[in-house]
Amino acid sequence: MKFNSAWAGFIAVLIAGLVVLFAVPQIVSLFGIVQMTVFVAMAMYALSQGFLWGFGGIMCFGQASFLGLGAYAYAITAINLGDTSWGMLAGVAVPAIFALLLGYFMFYGRISDAYIGVITLTVSVILFQLINSTSGAQYHIGQAELGGFNGIPSVPTLNMPGDVSNVLSPTGIWYVSMALLIIVYALLRLALASRFGRVVVAIRENETRAMLLGYDARLYKLLSFTISAAIAGLAGCIYDNWGGFISPTIFGLAMSAEVIIFVLVGGLGTLIGPILGGVGLQYVMNLAGTQHKVDPNLGLGVVLVAFVLLVPQGVVPVIRDKAMQLFIRRGAKAARIQETSP
Amino acid sequence: MDLTGLLAFNVLSGIATFVLITLGLGVIYGMMRIINLAHGEFMMLGAYTTVSAVGAGVNIWIAMLVLPPLVVGLVGLVLERALIRFLYGRMMDMMLATWGVSLGLIGISSTIYGNVVRGVTAPLGGFNIGRYGASLYSFVIILVAIACLVGLYALLRLTKFGLILRAAMQNPRMAAALGISPSIVYMATFTLGAALAGLAGGVLAPISGISPNMGAAYIANAFITVLGGGPAIIAGTGIASVIFGAINQIVSFVANPVLGTVSLLVFAVIMIRILPQGITGRFFRNSL
Repeated sequence: MKFNSAWAGFIAVLIAGLVVLFAVPQIVSLFGIVQMTVFVAMAMYALSQGFLWGFGGIMCFGQASFLGLGAYAYAITAINLGDTSWGMLAGVAVPAIFALLLGYFMFYGRISDAYIGVITLTVSVILFQLINSTSGAQYHIGQAELGGFNGIPSVPTLNMPGDVSNVLSPTGIWYVSMALLIIVYALLRLALASRFGRVVVAIRENETRAMLLGYDARLYKLLSFTISAAIAGLAGCIYDNWGGFISPTIFGLAMSAEVIIFVLVGGLGTLIGPILGGVGLQYVMNLAGTQHKVDPNLGLGVVLVAFVLLVPQGVVPVIRDKAMQLFIRRGAKAARIQETSP
Repeated sequence: MDLTGLLAFNVLSGIATFVLITLGLGVIYGMMRIINLAHGEFMMLGAYTTVSAVGAGVNIWIAMLVLPPLVVGLVGLVLERALIRFLYGRMMDMMLATWGVSLGLIGISSTIYGNVVRGVTAPLGGFNIGRYGASLYSFVIILVAIACLVGLYALLRLTKFGLILRAAMQNPRMAAALGISPSIVYMATFTLGAALAGLAGGVLAPISGISPNMGAAYIANAFITVLGGGPAIIAGTGIASVIFGAINQIVSFVANPVLGTVSLLVFAVIMIRILPQGITGRFFRNSL
């Protein structure tokens, strides 16, 4: 692969990520580190939606299903087996398998994009209702009581693999989560640069043409959907490790709407945009959460409508295109705007 | 025997509820190919209209059957003019915008009414099916559902307005060439769909807990029914309501309502693999 501006951007993001990884524990208090971990969870969650929507062209309106399935699978496995390493594995595998099944019926039925949006939304609503109705001691999986609306309290946090007694400190959890975010980002970038990624983007651009060239669009869509669900499940595991508890609100419509807003604000068709959107908006929402005059849903709704009407392509692409224009005007040669690279 | 009678009655009222909660969504989807994600919140506004009107001393029948469609229809009209009309032809943006509207309406009603559950006492009383008690109010729901289906059919089939509506949906350019403004037709359709959602909210207000988040309880069933029904508004909504309403009621009766909804979803997901365009996409294609 030739070295060009896109790869320079990739390297720059990786370096910035590593700086954040090691700098945060040095300069931020312990409470701050715990707060930063939820930002990482939201960034990972936004990344899953950013990949699926921005590159796969698939609009999932119920991404919270996978976040929640990951979080619940982690909690239940970790409570039952003790070792949280198995929890992480289950937290990724369960949503991925669920997405594989659901995606098979959706993509191989060749339903329209709007139907996919509606069905994913419906699935998240129903998962919420299902988990919400599990209060009482009779609803348990192994030793883990599902707890209905109250959720599962005291979810075990990460321990060293194989050594249950060696539980990681909040700083340790920060290192693991942030490192996972960097790794997932890098893997997605590499996947998008590979043949697989190019086919996925080609299908987004023109599904019929990609099919005529011999690519099975259904299979590629199913794979992107599954990968995205696995990443969202990983975000759910980190979310568990931040709060130490999990409740059905994680399946709520607000969670699915939030991640769409993260991507929309950060920028569609980039990977770094959703990450920045996730971190930035989570920060704003934490600030807004301290006031009680206005319901937070109102803010989400207004932001969503405003962005759809006024800046449908998101903040990062707009800034990038403006920067490119300046660059070109100053006489730099042939800075081709690459729509699909962050 | 008593149990069978009760189950049959419950299935019938379940089907009627499905018709009510789906029809507004079905009108907007069938006519305009827009999925209105704010549908549940339109119903919520209808229910709040009933609560407020009953609280202000209005006759309960007027508060349930007359005011909600008027109020919510007006809200739909304003939203269509202020927001929706800019997004025709942009399917995904339209869904996102209506979702934004949905969240906004939840936020506004939480801010005004607070996050508490209210209720309206159901008029009429109960009656007995053998040893079991049942609510007479269920008959009202069944009657209103039938009236809505028949009324909508008559509106679309027998009036000039219906003819214009159908023509503009079938071929907007041709209709425009013949002097009909598609913009006005879209506006009227969206308002009609919103009004029907409002009516559903008003009629169901006495049998549901009314809170800002109540829309979420209905949208899963409504979306599944519209997708299952396919493009024909009345035939699609009717047939899908009969199938899904019956499944939902029977599973709810045997197990619980949540599993009733889950069974619907499983059934619908498997069905879209076989009939991706819904029932009326394959059968009864020329129905309304």
